[in-house]
Amino acid sequence: MLEIRDLHVKFHNSAREAVGGISLTIRDGEILGLVGESGSGKTVTAMSVAGLLPRKRCDYSGEILLDGKDLLHSRRSELRKLHGREIGVVFQEPMSSMDPLMKIGHQVEEVLLIHTDLSREERKRLALEAMEAVELENPAEIYEKYPHELSGGMLQRAMIAAAIVIKPRLLLLDEPTTALDVTIQAQILELLKKLNRESGISMLFISHNLNVVRKLCGRVAVMQRGALVEKGDTEAVFHNPQHPYTQRLVAAIPTRRRKEETYE
Amino acid sequence: MKQKNWYLRAGLFLTAALALLVLVGCFWTPYDPSALMSGPKLQPPTLQHLMGTDKFGRDIFSRVLKGTWTTFSIALGTVAVGAVLGTVVGALTGYFGGLVDDALMRINDALTAFPSILLALVVISVAKPNSKFGIIAALGAVFIPSFARVSRTAFAALRDVNYIKSARLMGAGSGRILLVHILPNTMPVLLPAITIGFNNAVLAEASMSYLGIGVTPTDPSLGYMLSEAQGLFTAAPWYALCTGLVLVLLVFGVGLLGEGLQRRGREVE
Amino acid sequence: MKYAAKRVLLLAVTMLIVSLLAFVAFDLISGDAASAMLGLEATEEELELLREELGLNRPLLVRYADWISGFVTGDLGISYSYNLPVWELVAPKILVTLCLSLMSFLLIVAVSIPVGLVSVRSTGAAAGAQTALNQLCMAVPPFFTGIILSWVFGITLKWFTPGDFPGLTQDFGGAMRHMFFAAVAIAIPRIAMTVRMLRSTIVSEMEKSYVRTAISRGNDRGAVLRRHVLKNALVPVVTFLAQTMAEIVAGSIVVEQVFGIAGLGRLLVASIANRDYPVVQTLVVLLALWVVLSGTIADLINLRLDPRLKLGGDA
Repeated sequence: MLEIRDLHVKFHNSAREAVGGISLTIRDGEILGLVGESGSGKTVTAMSVAGLLPRKRCDYSGEILLDGKDLLHSRRSELRKLHGREIGVVFQEPMSSMDPLMKIGHQVEEVLLIHTDLSREERKRLALEAMEAVELENPAEIYEKYPHELSGGMLQRAMIAAAIVIKPRLLLLDEPTTALDVTIQAQILELLKKLNRESGISMLFISHNLNVVRKLCGRVAVMQRGALVEKGDTEAVFHNPQHPYTQRLVAAIPTRRRKEETYE
Repeated sequence: MKQKNWYLRAGLFLTAALALLVLVGCFWTPYDPSALMSGPKLQPPTLQHLMGTDKFGRDIFSRVLKGTWTTFSIALGTVAVGAVLGTVVGALTGYFGGLVDDALMRINDALTAFPSILLALVVISVAKPNSKFGIIAALGAVFIPSFARVSRTAFAALRDVNYIKSARLMGAGSGRILLVHILPNTMPVLLPAITIGFNNAVLAEASMSYLGIGVTPTDPSLGYMLSEAQGLFTAAPWYALCTGLVLVLLVFGVGLLGEGLQRRGREVE
Repeated sequence: MKYAAKRVLLLAVTMLIVSLLAFVAFDLISGDAASAMLGLEATEEELELLREELGLNRPLLVRYADWISGFVTGDLGISYSYNLPVWELVAPKILVTLCLSLMSFLLIVAVSIPVGLVSVRSTGAAAGAQTALNQLCMAVPPFFTGIILSWVFGITLKWFTPGDFPGLTQDFGGAMRHMFFAAVAIAIPRIAMTVRMLRSTIVSEMEKSYVRTAISRGNDRGAVLRRHVLKNALVPVVTFLAQTMAEIVAGSIVVEQVFGIAGLGRLLVASIANRDYPVVQTLVVLLALWVVLSGTIADLINLRLDPRLKLGGDA
């Protein structure tokens, strides 16, 4: 459904290409993991898809096709119809990514306000449904709260609810669990899996954490310094990494077995 | 993208040019600024009298030079008093914190809410200073709270930074840390604050001498001259215009300097 | 609600402290009011009689309590130089200064908000020129603008007569016209400061993460501003405007002198020159009330705008 073809991005204030010609496909209903260290270009790739590139401050080329329609070179006004509607985004820091002065409920239903003609009551009903779907307890109560009144995990659920309330085709998740505690992290991953299973929504999951990717994603792509060095089924990549960089990444994962080996 | 800091350059140029003029005016003026009948009365600007003469035939250019010196020196002294004492208060409270900090900052908050001209008027009318140094002391006191606030924030922010912690671990005393390690790093914040304070002091002094309060007009000062010039506007508009223009350029130059310093501070970050 | 009550209580306490300070300070410097009123030739008996009459022989705190209650009863003592009750002298001028300040405030808001919003869009050389123009406007002292305005519009165009201010009750239109130019003189540097403040606040808000979220939902630039950025930028702007309110009154002290407007500022300057301390005392407290009140109102408005403040933090 989404196809990235030979994407190049270079920021004016940097000598190196942030993304140096990568091609990727996300199939209908799958979760694709995009792994790499910070500065590897994975976030820039996702931002290009989400239309959040500062176009005036960078050079870019290639194609990003959503069902055959190019996102990279479309006019902003065209793209705005897709943002939120077809592509939802969840960012890393839920606290700073939410408007501190807007009620959670209103942020969850903002996409509906922009893209539909639904009445206020219908919007609220859908927002509450989405909040229910992301397993927020007492949606009606949380609807009226402000971001500073919720915990990080609850906020990230609300962010996911805001992204899926309109049932987009693609969800971009930019390190959605990195800022959270490990237990909350696991819960959010379970939630994403459930959403993918039940509603068939495709996801691009960006992380620097291979372990997390392994739990969630069917396929994985590995980026290093703006280039795609390896892609394939997650299990295959894990058991038989081809590229030296991937081999190093996999070797760096602490597994129970390896831990035991070192203790012996 | 490395942009040239035009504000800093233009501000430095303008301020330096005026400072030079002030310095010259301190030692030498074309005519005695208070000598009557240096030329004909109410004469428009000529080569002999660059800014014309007033109704007593005094040379306005000489008076402006002298007046700028008066205003400039009072403002400079005021800022020096305010900045030094304010920074000391801010540094100590910001670095050590505690109850004294809380109490002082409450008072400070209340005081900084008041416009400096208003405070200056009250302090001058209470203290009734009758010399230049008295005025500097009184005005300087008015400027302490705002500097204390700025430097307190800067010192408090740097207190827990890692390199300060490591300096402390290496056994540096509080005095050394405050002076050698923190103070230089507060300059990006303090320097613009000083330029803003200087401009406020210029405007406060000019306003008060315009109103004829506090500053005894033995020396001409820009504000006092403007109040003289206002009555003569129809007869000698150049008097008010020239005097006002110098005042505006002085504040404008230092304002640009402050803007430039602020931007440089941001670039360093 | 609890926070609001606390804020109002703080206002009352601050005002008590300010008024006590003003009272003690002026009591110390003013010396003997009786001899000030009667002059050097008065006999000791006459002085003593007057002191008794004025209640000057009572302890300081009693006199303070008496004086502060005067703000309610209207009995604030007698002006030395006019021999009139202070309240009669002050009351009619409050309205004049209030009108002038409000006019100036409205000018500042009406000009700087649209200009500030437009200025956010400019970049590069245009932004640079704007900053320089801003600095220039900030550099012009209101009394200098006032001198020029009263020359151009007063003496040359004769739209009003400088120095001859009609009372608000005698000629309301004329008084307003007169005050308009004074309001402009006060407003110019403050407009520049407000535009600058607005621009930097909005620019820094636009860089925050929640803006990125809003764009990712398909908001256009206008909607991002309307729905998110403006509300967030409003809190610091409201605080700034409260400070502006205080600065306007300070500016009016000087500008009333330039235009010959019979307001509180002119009375204050005259009373300081005449050492008329009962009047100065009262005016200082009134001006302080104005400053503290506008700060409190701003805080209460912000409390409604920003739910985070309800936690009682200083954020």
